[in-house]
Amino acid sequence: MAELTINGEQKSFDAPPGMPLLWVLRDILGMTGTKFGCGIAQCGACTVHVDGKPVRSCILPVGAVRGGAVTTIEGVGATPVGAKVQKAWLDIEVIQCGYCQSGQIMSAAALLTTTPNPDDSDIDAAMAGNICRCGTYVRIRAAIKLAASQRQS
Amino acid sequence: MTVDQRTSGEFSRRSLLTAGLAGGFLFAFHVPVRAVNKPVQLPDATDGKFAPNAFIRIDRSGQTTLIMPQVEMGQGVYTSIPMILAEELDAEFSKVNLEHAPPSDKLYGNPLFGIQATGNSNSVRAWWKPLRTAGAGARAMLVQAAARRWQVDPASCTTANSVVMHKASGRQLSYGALALGASSEMPPKDVPLKEPKDFVLIGKPLKRLDTPDKVNGKSVYGIDVMLPDMKFATLKTCPVFGGKVARVDDSAARKIPGVLKIVVLDDLVAVVGDHMWAAKQGLDALVVDWDEGPNARISSKDIWQDLRGASEKDGVVATSRGDIAKGLATGDKLEASYELPFLAHATMEPVNATVHLKPDSCEIWTGTQVIARVQSEAAKAAGLPVEKVIANNHLLGGGFGRKLEPDMVVAAVRIAKHVDGPVKVLWTREEDIQHDVYRPVYRDTVAATLSDGKIVGWKYRISGSSIMARWFPPGFQKGIDIDAVDSAIDMPYDIPNFHVEYVRAEPPAVPTGFWRGVGPNNNVFAIECFMDELARKAGKDPVEFRRSMLGTQPRFLAALNLAAEKSNWGQPLPPRVGRGVCLQPSFASFIATVVEAEVDEQGDVHLRRVISAVDTGIAVNPDTIKAQLEGGLIFGLTAALYGEITIAKGRVQQSNFNDYRMLRINQAPKIEIHLIRSGEAPGGIGETGATAGSPALRNAIYAATGVALRRLPIDRTLIAGKKS
Repeated sequence: MAELTINGEQKSFDAPPGMPLLWVLRDILGMTGTKFGCGIAQCGACTVHVDGKPVRSCILPVGAVRGGAVTTIEGVGATPVGAKVQKAWLDIEVIQCGYCQSGQIMSAAALLTTTPNPDDSDIDAAMAGNICRCGTYVRIRAAIKLAASQRQS
Repeated sequence: MTVDQRTSGEFSRRSLLTAGLAGGFLFAFHVPVRAVNKPVQLPDATDGKFAPNAFIRIDRSGQTTLIMPQVEMGQGVYTSIPMILAEELDAEFSKVNLEHAPPSDKLYGNPLFGIQATGNSNSVRAWWKPLRTAGAGARAMLVQAAARRWQVDPASCTTANSVVMHKASGRQLSYGALALGASSEMPPKDVPLKEPKDFVLIGKPLKRLDTPDKVNGKSVYGIDVMLPDMKFATLKTCPVFGGKVARVDDSAARKIPGVLKIVVLDDLVAVVGDHMWAAKQGLDALVVDWDEGPNARISSKDIWQDLRGASEKDGVVATSRGDIAKGLATGDKLEASYELPFLAHATMEPVNATVHLKPDSCEIWTGTQVIARVQSEAAKAAGLPVEKVIANNHLLGGGFGRKLEPDMVVAAVRIAKHVDGPVKVLWTREEDIQHDVYRPVYRDTVAATLSDGKIVGWKYRISGSSIMARWFPPGFQKGIDIDAVDSAIDMPYDIPNFHVEYVRAEPPAVPTGFWRGVGPNNNVFAIECFMDELARKAGKDPVEFRRSMLGTQPRFLAALNLAAEKSNWGQPLPPRVGRGVCLQPSFASFIATVVEAEVDEQGDVHLRRVISAVDTGIAVNPDTIKAQLEGGLIFGLTAALYGEITIAKGRVQQSNFNDYRMLRINQAPKIEIHLIRSGEAPGGIGETGATAGSPALRNAIYAATGVALRRLPIDRTLIAGKKS
């Protein structure tokens, strides 16, 4: 049995170390908030945090997580930054189909953790790995700025 | 709103089991995750509920449930449709529950299609009247019940926030308290609808009902369905269209831990495993020899050669007015042809379906735009009567027309025949892109004449696949595909001699389907590109040229003028920066768009700004309309810049987002949407941005470089380093 800390909880599961974290989360642990989009780290739908850093779980072997703390969309709201990002997403009404938004929110929360006041180029650099087929980019940018402004207050 | 996801009184054993496994089905859902096709709640089966029609149920506690005949795939109908129903019902909007409609063309058939389908940007316009009438009728029955109890004239009663009031006596009763009594009232005939000035919900930018659970991972899309003892499968269809499996060596695949079964069918192989990873590894380990069949030599080059040949022949006349021969013999003549490529849909949620097939029944879980068709096609594939198939619909992680097709469910049922218990069949992104139903290649030829700076003759011929002929045969009559000619036969400009033809030209082997923007995507592109070329030939500004032919079209003229004003049309720009305009009649809305773009010396296009001015009639939810335009524009601009599926040796050459590119946030322009107030009935909006983006960008590039591109996607080699 392998073990991981996910959203602060210890989880035990049976999976080969080469299995991407995405499928451990979704198919073994039933945590389906993290999405499959491409399988080759091109779209960002599967983004989660390992020790606060954004990673593409579709290509990250679960064995490579080692002792890292995994945070997913189901748990990111427990962090102050995550909660503010989620609120800003709703205040700006970013979401359309919503399928990519787990990954968008995880990338945005990681950005605001390291860069509390991102400018447009910071946002571009942090978010360009996340595709939104509904085209919500304009509102994602606005929501990140809103969340950033609320962090300061 | 409250958070009940049940479809009926029977909250099934299966759902409870599912809740345990998925660890969260009983969370506070704002949108239900399941809708079964039985029992359909009809007025005679109310179980104490007030169920005046197929869309409204009010129980004795006052809980109001609205059944959604259209699916939510991002376009916001799980807010706008409830707004329409609740407006006339005078229901307390914040407390309504939503349910996906079960499959039933009879109860939930789209009034404009006659079948249960979400598409063609028509959810609001199709249901505007029927759902207002349904809401108003239910309200009237509640009022009658209250008036009967109080022995007063129903006309002396008023309603608001799910309460009936009798002001004269100060009495009031909640809808819940009236539910039983209202059930025995007769539905009224010719119930009056509210005047727009009395709307309390419609026209307000209300918060979406589906988004709170989309920020925390709780929403359940088709791909997220988890069932007890479920297995996971992924598949590979013959890469050559129409090809078959010849031989499979599964010895390596069988050794992979977690692989449970190899399924070999006529045209595909699938691997079933304990999880997707095992299934995917197993699939990769299969050695498959394909019998590629007769399509193995087909290439894009041949497809284009065939289409160009077909497009030079006369087509079937879709409309003709004036004297086209005389019109084309008058003034200066210009001719051009425009070509659009195959496109994949690439919904962010890859195609998937979950099936539990038993000897005498079948249950399906998926997210689809056509739940009734899914049910009937699954029944055929399973060899079961349709009533033995339960089809559960879900939120869609993007639709864009891909999920107007039931093919994924049929394939999943065929695979499920070889699996004990439920199996989730998930397409890899590569399979999703290489086995889509593609937006067809189109070629449009157009000839027009100019006299005194105006168009006097216009002959336009569309050539391409008829999707209607396959998907909805009534839409293909006497050689005309009503979708393929949409926005061409009704273009807004005043042209005295006007002629439109259609040539049905099916590409060999490549399946074609609806793609966001459908027929208008093609026609608006060709027409609006050619309008700019004509304007240049006439020596006129593109906006002024269009304006001069909109004398009888005040709504178009207003949209064009507003877009021009907001985009600073006519004001100077730096070198190699241009503005391009597009005006479109599509989906019963009146929309003008201006794109401002820069073309650098290498031919790379930088999107600076997009402005759309929109008259879509009464704006049910103005914020949703803006969002749909913003997103649709990105969708169209993506296609213009990158979108192309090519065929070589009978197979699709693109495979994933590395070679089928999407616009990303760093490339996204600023977008401004300006709504024009209107009291007219609502128009369509979901696809309009997709249709507007490409021609407006192409015209901006034309203005920036002087190069008249006539093909998409944009070929940067043609616009690199060109002087404007």
